[in-house]
Amino acid sequence: MASSGLELLWVSAPQLLTGAGRTLGISALAILFSSIGGLLYGVLRSLGKRWLDVPLRVYLELFRAIPVLVWLYLFFFGLPIFFGVSLPAFWCAVLVLSLWGASEIGEVVRGALRSIPRGQREAGLAIGLDLGQLYGRVLLPQALKRLTPPVINVCTRLLKTSSLAVLIGVVDITKVGQQIIERTYESVLIYGFLFVFFFIVCYPLSAASRVLERRWNHA
Amino acid sequence: MTFDYAFALSTLPAFVRAVGVTLQVGLIAILSSLTVAVLNAAIATFKVPLLHRLVPLYVELARNTPLLIQLFFIYFALPALGVRISGFAAAVIAMTFMGGAYLTEILRAGIEAVPKAQIESGLSIGLSRWQLLRHVILPQAGILSLPALFANFVFLLKETTVVSAVAVPEILYTTKNYIALYYKTYEMLAVMTGLCVLLFLPLSLLLGLLERRLQHGQFGS
Repeated sequence: MASSGLELLWVSAPQLLTGAGRTLGISALAILFSSIGGLLYGVLRSLGKRWLDVPLRVYLELFRAIPVLVWLYLFFFGLPIFFGVSLPAFWCAVLVLSLWGASEIGEVVRGALRSIPRGQREAGLAIGLDLGQLYGRVLLPQALKRLTPPVINVCTRLLKTSSLAVLIGVVDITKVGQQIIERTYESVLIYGFLFVFFFIVCYPLSAASRVLERRWNHA
Repeated sequence: MTFDYAFALSTLPAFVRAVGVTLQVGLIAILSSLTVAVLNAAIATFKVPLLHRLVPLYVELARNTPLLIQLFFIYFALPALGVRISGFAAAVIAMTFMGGAYLTEILRAGIEAVPKAQIESGLSIGLSRWQLLRHVILPQAGILSLPALFANFVFLLKETTVVSAVAVPEILYTTKNYIALYYKTYEMLAVMTGLCVLLFLPLSLLLGLLERRLQHGQFGS
């Protein structure tokens, strides 16, 4: 049983790798776009401009309150009928996860920027830095330590949540697993494998986040 | 594109039931997760042999795997091992498996924050370990972890949408079902979004308020 199970995994390796590539691809792209979007969100919120704060708060609250899977369905089924655009399921998942991740990372960045003493901003402006220099050289570098552990946590959550992509039809690792089960009925083996796959991907990240958190924030 | 009000209205009873199912799954999952967390807290505090080494293992395993995979394992893989369960039961078990781990982590952090002197004083006035846990540690740890607990209750309630994948007739499953049956995508997406906003937005806003007040909020991850 055990050897035939390993054999099945070995034989299916090319298929599983393609699926894993798609799962990790969605996550990696979503992490990239979320980081960019989150950084932008955090910086814009820290400017304290009312006309920016209102729409950004609405965006944040909506993505916080409504579950990711609901957003996935909304974009996947809704974009074609509301805007006449139909996005392939893969890109739909990337888009939704990016928007969600950006709201989560954005709040982390905003909090980290807020924790920096006001004097830093004032001093920077007083010596004549423009906004780009102020954020790029003074504020964000100082915020980095505080925001890295929680941002890694958001990345783990993005990785886990990317599994939902199968529900809008992405042929990700879960779908590949289900196809193998349809052929072989090896459901315990395959779902056990999926369990291990996600654990191996996510555990190092959450462990790293914990270590960094302890090292930087309790010193 | 016109909005078919008559059709949307005709699905209302089904969606009322769906909200009921969402709340039912969510509340059962929250209560059983809390039970798991308190048991784990007791195991950790009393250092129950063997078990207290398994608790961190369970927490890491449950927190580092997606709910969907846990759910599929319980629903599709357990039958092969001779355990056949309904979608509803699978949903509750999977959500308890995940939620229990999150809440365990939160209670653990809360317990660690209870001053050592409290525990020493409790022991020195002759409380038994059980009395200590019940009257000294848990009440204080509970208050300390209240915002984080509440955050995770809301999180769990939102996660119920995932159990639509095993045909539990909650809001999302009902939406998908109607779309597949009648192609009324526009109407059903509108109803789904409306219900989610009504159900989750007030909770989410309340949570934000609570977190700003208490500044302890920490989302599980």
